[in-house]
Amino acid sequence: MAKKINKESKIKKFIETEKLLFKKDDKIAYLFSLPYILLFLTFIVIPIILAIYLSFTTFDLVSFPKFNGFNNYIYLLTSDEEFMKYILPNTIKFAIIVGPGGYALSFIMAWALAQLPHRLRTVLAIVLYSPSLTAGVTMTVVWRVFFAGDQSGYLNAILLQLGMIVEPISFLQSPNFLFTIMIVVALWGSMGIGFLAMLAGILNIDQELYEAAAIDGMKNRFQEVFYITIPSMKPQMLFGAVMAIVGTFSAGALGVQLSGSNPTPNYAGSLIVNHIEDYGFIRYDMGYAAALSLVLLLIIYFFSRLSWRFFGDKD
Amino acid sequence: MKNSYKAVKVNPAKFGMDQVPFLLMVAPVALFMLLPLVYIFNHAFKPFDELIEYPPRFFVRRPTLVNVFELFQTSTTTGIPVSRYLFNSIVITIIVVVLSIFLSTITGYALSKLKFHIKGTISKINTLAMMFVGTAVIIPRYIIIEQLGFIDSFFVHIIPVIAIPVGLFLVKQFIDQIPNELLDAAKIDGASSFTIYLKIILPLIKPAIATIAILSFQSVWNNADISATYINTDSLKTFAYYMATLSSSSNVVAGQGMNAVASLIMFLPNLIIFIFLQNKVMSTMVNSGIK
Repeated sequence: MAKKINKESKIKKFIETEKLLFKKDDKIAYLFSLPYILLFLTFIVIPIILAIYLSFTTFDLVSFPKFNGFNNYIYLLTSDEEFMKYILPNTIKFAIIVGPGGYALSFIMAWALAQLPHRLRTVLAIVLYSPSLTAGVTMTVVWRVFFAGDQSGYLNAILLQLGMIVEPISFLQSPNFLFTIMIVVALWGSMGIGFLAMLAGILNIDQELYEAAAIDGMKNRFQEVFYITIPSMKPQMLFGAVMAIVGTFSAGALGVQLSGSNPTPNYAGSLIVNHIEDYGFIRYDMGYAAALSLVLLLIIYFFSRLSWRFFGDKD
Repeated sequence: MKNSYKAVKVNPAKFGMDQVPFLLMVAPVALFMLLPLVYIFNHAFKPFDELIEYPPRFFVRRPTLVNVFELFQTSTTTGIPVSRYLFNSIVITIIVVVLSIFLSTITGYALSKLKFHIKGTISKINTLAMMFVGTAVIIPRYIIIEQLGFIDSFFVHIIPVIAIPVGLFLVKQFIDQIPNELLDAAKIDGASSFTIYLKIILPLIKPAIATIAILSFQSVWNNADISATYINTDSLKTFAYYMATLSSSSNVVAGQGMNAVASLIMFLPNLIIFIFLQNKVMSTMVNSGIK
């Protein structure tokens, strides 16, 4: 009983201080930020909350969601064979190669570009960034012709002419090749806004820092990168990392776009995102799809926390 | 020995031989990045016999505009001309870009400069939301959009995509750099918050505006998912969606030329806008760090 009263008075106190603080606030600030906050709540926050709720129900979009406890999660851990056998390993493998891989590539490219003169750098930066401009549909159209399964495909034609293969390989339908191709295409498009941020970050580092370090006995480029460059641009490194994570998990539709089918041949290129769509829009099992969504969001959150630990402010 | 090491020279004024190693690092990657784009440019202008040629050649020999005409003459299976999709895409993109600029700048101003005790919390939540991947919650999003009555409506192209957490983040960081004294002076002269926003903030944050413009342009112009998921009426769909159907339906070699032209139409506006604004984007990115 006493606990309850204590809690109530705490809430009351909270409301009182909030009221006081609100009185001092510039009311127009609320008006200015209201539209953004409303849209933000409607299309980002509420969907997450709804996903949490739905993940504990069975729901087919027609009848009202029925509560079923942890059944979706139990099914996910014990009975969804494809998930454990293909989807989860694929997703993690894809994330680990494309995430840090693309990130490291972006950093190395930005570092090298920073040491070139302005005009040359600008042209090369635009070239490196250009795949990000083609995102989505355009990208797959192009790559599908490169890897087309008959002799009109560029890769097949080259290999045939070199005599390395006798018959064209249908790369995009083959479980052996699809995953590798997805990684190539994802890395191709990985130099996005995070790359630009890191480039700007490197360019912004005071030249004197390097000179001073050289006098102090810095021995090689690696030391320089690890002791000066990266620590001086931690905030941009973190921004780049977050963008790399988001980019990696958003690229999940790649396998389906390339192969043209969901699930992909033998689930070779299926990632969680495809599994969500498979259960949600093909099998109409929204509860289970929501549970999958939450697993994905948790994976993303985990990776973001990890980068926060590396580059975030400790205090 | 000590003198053999020289500090790195960032942003050199001129090209010198010592920069060749860096150029050699970037060049192969750049070439790989460029390959598909060179391919679209060449493929789009190939005449029919070059398209079906075996072995396929990379470069076009006798460029022609035939594919362009063909793309615009072919009506889709539903009888809607391609220009209609293009028109939809242009209108939607303009509206979204303008609205997202307005929304993120005015919110960024409130969060950065106005007295507003929950602004710290909002900024934090917004930063957290930058790692939000839309496709993860595609199902609950669908339910919400359905409840709002946006299915098969023009608004579904616009309303769900104008709040961009990364955009707001970048704008707010940029506005943080503006000295408060500048705004205080205007306040003493009796300027309202909205006047300050319009007359002082907006002109000072042009680079950040350019950056959101690019971000929202890219996400909208390339978006085929919204048409595929929420729109049933063909005349409300976008060019990106049309391209997606074109590429999945026409496996015939002849369709490749049209495909490449369509890709080019998707890609060129992105490229041109980015080339013009890249300077501004880079100066916004200096303030992009998450602290």
